Amino acid sequence: MNQVGRSIPRVEARAKVTGRAEYIHHFTLPHMLYGKVLRSTVAHGRIKTIDTAAAKAHSGVHSVVTASDIMKIVPHPYYGPAFHDQPILAVDKVFHVGQAVAVVLAEDPHVADAAVQLIEVEYEELPAVFDEVEAAKNEIVVHDELKPAGTFTDLKHLVGRKNTNIALDFQLKRGDPDGAFAAANRVFEHTFRFPTQLAVSFEPFVTVGEPRADGLTLHTASQMPSFVRLEIARLLGWPENKVRIRVPLLGGGFGAKTYIKLEALVAVLALIAKRPVKIAATMEEQFYIINNHPATFRIKSAVSDSGRVIARECEVWWNGGAFADIGPRVSQKSGFTASGPYDIEHVKIDSYEIYTNLPPTGAVRGFGIPQLVWAYESHTDIIARDMGIDPVEFRRMNILREGRPHATGTDMRDAAIDKVLDTIADEMNWKIPLARGEGKTRRGRGIGIGIKASISPTASVAIVNISADGSITLSMSTVDMGQGSDTIMSQAAADVLDVDPGVVKIVHPDTDVTPFDVGTLGSRSTFHMGHAVRLAAIDAKKKLEALAEEAGLPKGTNYPPSEIFKKRYGMQAGNVIGTATYMPTYVPPDKETGMSSDVTPNWMIGGAGVDLEVDTETGHIRIHKLINVVDCGTPINPEIVRTQISGAAIMGLGSALSEDVHTDGGQITNASLADYKIMGIHDIPAMKNIAVDAVQKNGPFGAKGVGESAIFAVAPAIANAIDDAIGVRLTHLPITPEAVLRALRIKENRPIEDDE
Amino acid sequence: MTDRLINFTLNGEAVSATVKPYHNLIDLLSQFDLRGARESCGQGLCGCCTVIMDGEAVSGCLSFAVRADGKSLSTIEYLEQDGELSAIQKAFIDTGALQCGFCTSGFILMTKELLKRNPNPTDEEIRDYLSGNLCRCGTYPEVIEAVKAAARSQ
Repeated sequence: MNQVGRSIPRVEARAKVTGRAEYIHHFTLPHMLYGKVLRSTVAHGRIKTIDTAAAKAHSGVHSVVTASDIMKIVPHPYYGPAFHDQPILAVDKVFHVGQAVAVVLAEDPHVADAAVQLIEVEYEELPAVFDEVEAAKNEIVVHDELKPAGTFTDLKHLVGRKNTNIALDFQLKRGDPDGAFAAANRVFEHTFRFPTQLAVSFEPFVTVGEPRADGLTLHTASQMPSFVRLEIARLLGWPENKVRIRVPLLGGGFGAKTYIKLEALVAVLALIAKRPVKIAATMEEQFYIINNHPATFRIKSAVSDSGRVIARECEVWWNGGAFADIGPRVSQKSGFTASGPYDIEHVKIDSYEIYTNLPPTGAVRGFGIPQLVWAYESHTDIIARDMGIDPVEFRRMNILREGRPHATGTDMRDAAIDKVLDTIADEMNWKIPLARGEGKTRRGRGIGIGIKASISPTASVAIVNISADGSITLSMSTVDMGQGSDTIMSQAAADVLDVDPGVVKIVHPDTDVTPFDVGTLGSRSTFHMGHAVRLAAIDAKKKLEALAEEAGLPKGTNYPPSEIFKKRYGMQAGNVIGTATYMPTYVPPDKETGMSSDVTPNWMIGGAGVDLEVDTETGHIRIHKLINVVDCGTPINPEIVRTQISGAAIMGLGSALSEDVHTDGGQITNASLADYKIMGIHDIPAMKNIAVDAVQKNGPFGAKGVGESAIFAVAPAIANAIDDAIGVRLTHLPITPEAVLRALRIKENRPIEDDE
Repeated sequence: MTDRLINFTLNGEAVSATVKPYHNLIDLLSQFDLRGARESCGQGLCGCCTVIMDGEAVSGCLSFAVRADGKSLSTIEYLEQDGELSAIQKAFIDTGALQCGFCTSGFILMTKELLKRNPNPTDEEIRDYLSGNLCRCGTYPEVIEAVKAAARSQ
């Protein structure tokens, strides 16, 4: 029986409905200390003095740790996946409000919390820069020198660069954009802004460090156990196998729990204290640890009279905050898709990752794609409406079709952009004209569509272990943070081995026993780990057949595994271990042109259609219908896929309508769920969630990733529908009632005047 | 600060505990290794820390542990009886009404409270009653289905 393509319930569902699911949030060890972090109150400054005496004297405090203590264990205490720029604790200077400066350790977390407030830090404030376009002028420089990590070859040219905030400048040039613009009749240019938002995992960042005789174990809420291991080993100068990273389930991750967050700090604290140490961030602290990139995107298109986009120029400034984290990957790997899902002959892309004095930004659901789609799908719609062409028709004329080269030069394969577009149009009854209404409430509809390349090239390894009774254990470092990977991977293994998925036990990431995986991010697991699991299961199956042959069993007979083991070893004994590594092919983009013939193993497609009404007196919108359509190849578990589409779209609604981190001089003024509004149960409109009938031919079981696709286009679809309803164009997110009303009043020539 | 001994009923059993004046219900429950109620936002806004105290849902992160003295607490862990899941828990599994699971305990406890008061709620009544619970994975449509399925099976 096929196990793939079935909607079995999640394998960990019972643990979750009984309150017994394992999260590091709960994890404690005997003799454990709790750490509380003192965070910088200034955005940029030199640390003059740190007075820890009162905190140290506070009853119940074990110790107070600053950078000088850290440097006794790690002389060069800087970490990061792309740049080694982030200090474990601030060394001499601070670069953003909320940067970790000191830690109090105590047996009672409440004591640590009270004592941390007794630490006095005196700063000499330095000029700070917060806006990405402003920072790109390099008038105020955040870091004295760029320090690329060396992990990524395309960052090597940045070594030692000084007096710049530009951590990465990626360029793509295809055809002759300058010539095409010069010759064009119709040119459109717009600038869009995407605000600071964040993942807001309900399990905030948490890590427990456990010094052991044979090294160090970190129990951590991480999406990247393998990376954490190698980065901690690098910092300590240890071999990888002395560092063990253990990750059970995550209470959400959404990209924020990638790379190093609390791990480096907790690792060193545990070694200093020679005791287990736990740091659990609060919800408020999450706002200072990692955010999504705010971005400014200037986009310009040359269009023929018939409505073909001939040339497109994209300039994207990504606000990376004070430390690079994975930002330079976001600005490159997503940056090269900035011209959108369109077949355009002449393209120029400049994508800049920029240091500022805001808290660091990194990966959040979409890996930069929502920032781009927000701009290019708003821009595309403006062009269509201006030219009097139906927005769906305009896209049909311009989208990339199967086999056509993307701007990078990579041919589109198994990218059902047309099908996604057609499905949205059909579900919206697009052919039937919509009555806009005449009273104070106006109706409109809009669509949007985006594409994402897989972050490449990345490796995944899986181990399938068949025990002598025929039960199966799957070991892998993919992290289930709610997306359902444990379930679909057990289905993949079960399908190959022709057993019920319930027979497959998943070993959660534990780098002592689970093999390498780049990480659970960018919707890569289904494709990459899915391949590795499938191949490891095939390997196990072959080895079982060989064992049967050794046991003298006739070839091709269908003995149950337990019989084979018994026959071979004379008792219930032995194992069969299948293993496999998967890494797709890849050609890096040319340094000069940004072109590549093989830039991604697959394209993920996501689109949205919105039917809404606008209250012209208040600016409130009410969404009648939200249609979310993706191409994720062939779903391995259709129900889980539907939930992923729905969940991503709901996160997209928050991103579009309410989520906005407010800052004032680098201080965040709404760092709580009371003031940073995420979607609640009353905010969810009628939705339809569809995965189009498609096959990713080079994917495992025809599948590819889906966790992000439905977030791509929600915001531009809403903005396009508002324009359709009231003829007003929003260029900044979020689209609050106030923003709609202000824009409407400007259009009516009676702008809302603010009190002085 | 002075420790205090409190006596209360926990999931039907008479128990006692020593707590500090600043401990909240989540700190208290962790003494009993009950981890289903979890502090997330710390402001009583997300519902992850929902605990039932004398028949009323409270935010465990905002309720001092000493308040439990002489009271009766129930948590998500008491819904499973002798290895058998309750109808609500089954409904959450069958409808796929959970993703990361961090908020799930709160939603299930509030569903139980809702169905106790209103055995056949409309969609709007479900939304109103569960509006104090947030789910960052966005599992709201499935939760509404789960509540309706649970109502049908009771």
